[in-house]
Amino acid sequence: MDATDQKRLLREMLFARRFEERCAEAYHERQIGGFLHLYPGEEACAIGVLEKARTGSDYVVTGYRDHIHALKSGMDPKALMAELFGKETGCSKGRGGSMHLFDPDVHFMGGYALVGGPFPLAAGFAKAIQLRGSDEISICFLGDGANNQGTFHETMNMASLWNLPVLFICENNLYGIGTAIERSTVEINQYKRVAPYKIEAAQCDGQDIDVVMDHAEKAVQYVREKRKPYFLELMTYRLRGHSMSDSGAYRSKEEVEEWAQRDPIGIYKRRLLEAGVVSEDEFHAMDKAILDEIENEIVRFAAESPEPRLEDIARYVYTEKEAGSHG
Amino acid sequence: MAEMMYWQGILRAHDEEMARDPLVFAMGEDIGVAGGTYKATSGLFAKYGEQRVIDTPISENSYTGIGVGAAMIGARPIVEIMSVNFAWLAMDQLMNNAAKIHYMSGGRIRCPFVMRVPGGTAHQLGAQHSARMEKVFMGISGLRVVTPATPRDAYGLLKSAVRCDDPVVIIEHESMYNLKGEIPDEEFFTPLEGVEVMRPGKDVSIFAYNISVHWALDAAQKLAQDYGIDAEVVDLRALKPMDRAGIAASVRKTHRAVVVEEDEAPVGVGSEVVAILNEECFFDLDAAPVRVHALDVPIPYNRHLEKAAIPNAGEVVAAVRKMLGR
Ligand SMILES: Cc1ncc(C[n+]2csc(CCOP(=O)(O)OP(=O)(O)O)c2C)c(N)n1
Ligand SMILES: [Mg+2]
Repeated sequence: MDATDQKRLLREMLFARRFEERCAEAYHERQIGGFLHLYPGEEACAIGVLEKARTGSDYVVTGYRDHIHALKSGMDPKALMAELFGKETGCSKGRGGSMHLFDPDVHFMGGYALVGGPFPLAAGFAKAIQLRGSDEISICFLGDGANNQGTFHETMNMASLWNLPVLFICENNLYGIGTAIERSTVEINQYKRVAPYKIEAAQCDGQDIDVVMDHAEKAVQYVREKRKPYFLELMTYRLRGHSMSDSGAYRSKEEVEEWAQRDPIGIYKRRLLEAGVVSEDEFHAMDKAILDEIENEIVRFAAESPEPRLEDIARYVYTEKEAGSHG
Repeated sequence: MAEMMYWQGILRAHDEEMARDPLVFAMGEDIGVAGGTYKATSGLFAKYGEQRVIDTPISENSYTGIGVGAAMIGARPIVEIMSVNFAWLAMDQLMNNAAKIHYMSGGRIRCPFVMRVPGGTAHQLGAQHSARMEKVFMGISGLRVVTPATPRDAYGLLKSAVRCDDPVVIIEHESMYNLKGEIPDEEFFTPLEGVEVMRPGKDVSIFAYNISVHWALDAAQKLAQDYGIDAEVVDLRALKPMDRAGIAASVRKTHRAVVVEEDEAPVGVGSEVVAILNEECFFDLDAAPVRVHALDVPIPYNRHLEKAAIPNAGEVVAAVRKMLGR
């Protein structure tokens, strides 16, 4: 990877961090409502994996902590912020919200609230790809907690049985809301849980984007060439609460501090500084430019966009019929 | 025009749609090699192969979700659930995903997903195989729910459902797969919305759907023969969205309404129709509408108890006579 790409990746992670922090502010200012699940601490997962996929062509799906997966898939950040503000210009026209981002133009297939709900959808994209005989793959990002849903086991079985080209990425951040993984799950190594389904799997550090990309590259290649599922577990940690209403009482300051030392942006920045790829000055300029873009372009766009019209409330319950269609 | 059985109509619709579009595929338990519990997919496995006629594991929620996912990117799945009782297991994917994705995405993603389920009470299958769940499906925004009463509609509704870009649930009936009826030789599509008047009449409107259409038709014949009452039988057919104007139009003519459903009364088809009558044509009514429905019990195994739990043509006749005082 050359210096330009390394700088771009650092910028993408920093952008993701600043974007999420700005969302938190907007939530406190009551411009964003509902549930808001942010991604700080986990940036290397979505960005590292999707760096190795064909974004825009491969199909991506995830849960409710979906902003950064959508961005890295190619969603316009303005459409994302506008969605969070509930505006008509949002990626889901203000009907979805933070947990339900969609952009089929870049094959970002959503944002879902029900833990474990996307597993079968991801396998379904793979099934349609298989029927078409095209070479895309389907990529499903979910948390460790999702693996205790029936859909996990049912889908792993069918994905393996039918050779579906799905890459399952488990973002293991050690908690499902306030319940530590060892308190909910017998086998805490998630990648071992697909062994009975004869799915190839690996586990790696999710904080170092170089490590993530290394594993993701192999995983993506495996799925694309072998047309079979693969399961990659990324060990990560969220530095903020589960959502905006999280007391954080379930984990110690020491633990959070320890993981803060392994902040993915810190790790990558130090590496690039040492290699002379970026300087502190460049990094600060990058940060300033990001903050400026978020404030003056993205938030501004969202704030100035129109609300959906009340008379359109029942639009989209059903598809609008084309002339000559049946039903 | 050929006489066909209900299951043959369903099979023909599958076959025509699968031959036409390589992205139409079928999945469900025992639908492939075994040919389907009610034969409705028999022969398709040999003709279209295991990629398109898929025998699934017993994982209702997830294979429903796989169908939904495939539909979201342009495939046309027809998912069969072996019995409507097992559809409870698939409610998460059906309600939370299939029904809502188009709306939640601001109309950007379509979900042309079809679920077929045999519903209804057959013969002594016990409480866990005798559920009637139309009330559940029809309460979900974003779904379409249709119920064929005849072989013709079993064929025509499936044809329309496969072509429709919304998720459609088709509720069939375990006791009707061998029912015979005429199906035109040329391709046709039964609309997914709207009622159909099965027997015109002027004295009372009997609203029914699925198997209860046959009870209503039997009752109408007896009412005409024995009591000189001219009943109109209306097949509701589409339970969601329901045809409010069609329901009201019949009652504007007859001024009386009886609703016949195989299900328990609470929160059901009958309550919905009566509410529609209140809202659409209350002042056209000459009598309070009446519901004929199942008893509010889990369906018992014992054959006499089972029979007593489910309504029949005789109960429809009695309800109409009481309403008309004849
Ligand atoms: C079916 C279901 N049950 C419960 C919840 C409430 N809930 C939301 S997030 C969450 C924890 C999920 O943890 P995990 O899968 O590890 O993802 P993370 O939030 O850690 O990224 C729970 C229990 C839900 N959304 N869906
Ligand atoms: Mg977690």
